[in-house]
Amino acid sequence: MQLKGWKDLAIGAVMLEPGSCLAYETGSWRTQRPILDLEKCAHCFICWIFCPESSIQVRGGKVTGIDLTYCKGCGICSAECPRQAIDMVMEATARKGAKDEG
Amino acid sequence: METRVKGKLLAFRGDEAVAEAMRQINPDVVAAYPITPQTETVQAFSQFVANGEVDTEFIAVESEHAAMSACIGAAAAGGRAQTATSGPGLALMWEMLWVASGMRLPIVMPVVNRTLSAPINILCDHSDSMGARDAGWLQLYAESMQEAYDNTIQAVRIAEHPRVMLPIMSCLDGFILGHSFEPIEILPDEAVREFVGTYKPGYSLLDVDHPVTYGPIDFHGHFFEHKRQQVDGMESAPEVVLQVGREFGELTGRYYGLTEGYELEDADFVIVALGSVTGTIKTVVDDLRQQGQRVGLLRIRCFRPFPAQEIAQALGNKKAVAVLDRSLSFGAQAHQVYLEVVTALYTHGYAPKVVNYVYGIGGRDTLPHEVEQVYRELAEVDKTGVIQPVVRYLTVRE
Repeated sequence: MQLKGWKDLAIGAVMLEPGSCLAYETGSWRTQRPILDLEKCAHCFICWIFCPESSIQVRGGKVTGIDLTYCKGCGICSAECPRQAIDMVMEATARKGAKDEG
Repeated sequence: METRVKGKLLAFRGDEAVAEAMRQINPDVVAAYPITPQTETVQAFSQFVANGEVDTEFIAVESEHAAMSACIGAAAAGGRAQTATSGPGLALMWEMLWVASGMRLPIVMPVVNRTLSAPINILCDHSDSMGARDAGWLQLYAESMQEAYDNTIQAVRIAEHPRVMLPIMSCLDGFILGHSFEPIEILPDEAVREFVGTYKPGYSLLDVDHPVTYGPIDFHGHFFEHKRQQVDGMESAPEVVLQVGREFGELTGRYYGLTEGYELEDADFVIVALGSVTGTIKTVVDDLRQQGQRVGLLRIRCFRPFPAQEIAQALGNKKAVAVLDRSLSFGAQAHQVYLEVVTALYTHGYAPKVVNYVYGIGGRDTLPHEVEQVYRELAEVDKTGVIQPVVRYLTVRE
């Protein structure tokens, strides 16, 4: 993000550009990562409704994954899932696992 | 070209005169909660609403926190929003005062000055507005009911100026100005409407063709820059206060500046004060001048922003100066107005002898012979060269 000087900003912190939160990658806040098991998933979209960051990815009427660029790891999807298809694992563990596999 | 309009001379309480000004301004939204000694302002204004004399949407809120919140919403939506309050009401608004100034919303708020408890007291001092002096609001202090009316009208133009865009408190001393009657020149409605004009906000929540976000989160990246902008708005204000005061003078014959000197130029001994006490001081100055004493007054009308240069230059070469404070800054070296004045003098290279008098706390009267006492003590300070005690408490009993 380009940082501006005080003379270049709109006063009162008014934001003129829509969708500016796209530039704010809240995934870096995450301490726990949701792991989605698509075998268990019934594609009921309850996680999609509840996700406060719109991070549940959907294509062709099916849940396809979770956008980790913005997912804060709040765990609401996991708590709400009626099929226990989403596990929360420690972010550090998940990263280590990903590295080991890689 | 003669542009001066003739108003009608009517007997009004200060509070009601402020309500008259608000009626003539005809704001889009007034959200207010009644509190002594501001009650008559809100009462009179809600009567105007009930009678259909204004187009204003009046929101009878459940608290002052809500009053300021509603004004913020209305102003962000592009409306002209006003409220009025006193003492504990202003204290309850505290959090939202900063939101109003941070969002650069030009809300106009008459503050009918009242002290803060405890012990319980509803009378005048400046604890309320002085406590809010760092909240990013402009502050004008009236000497008379006429000025309270005039300031309320000018406040709209000052706050809404594109280079300022800050909320403003138009302060008047509770009871002394708020509840006393005085003949006040009330301008014709159309003259006021023309003077304040139409508010054209830079952005509006209701402008669906140009959607913007108000009140976003703003951390390490730009918060400091946004606050620096607020300082810039303040720094632009003196010129606007002067310009609006001049235009108001051309309209009414009553000119207003940032400060007002009274027998100041050749005075050796000067009192600096703000609010209604300056009327009493002027009377004393007249009396003492008749006796050949070179005494004067510097009245501060605009306390935020503080007209430092103007004040330093006016006081720099005086023999002795007394700064009057009608509020206490507990634990500070001296009190609010004094600290500003002394800082202004020091940073402009002047070092006259300056003492601080706290007066009128909790509504105590300040009488002419007590003002005379201050001038006598200033002569003593000059003679002995001793300014201690720097802070003196006028009329307090040992």
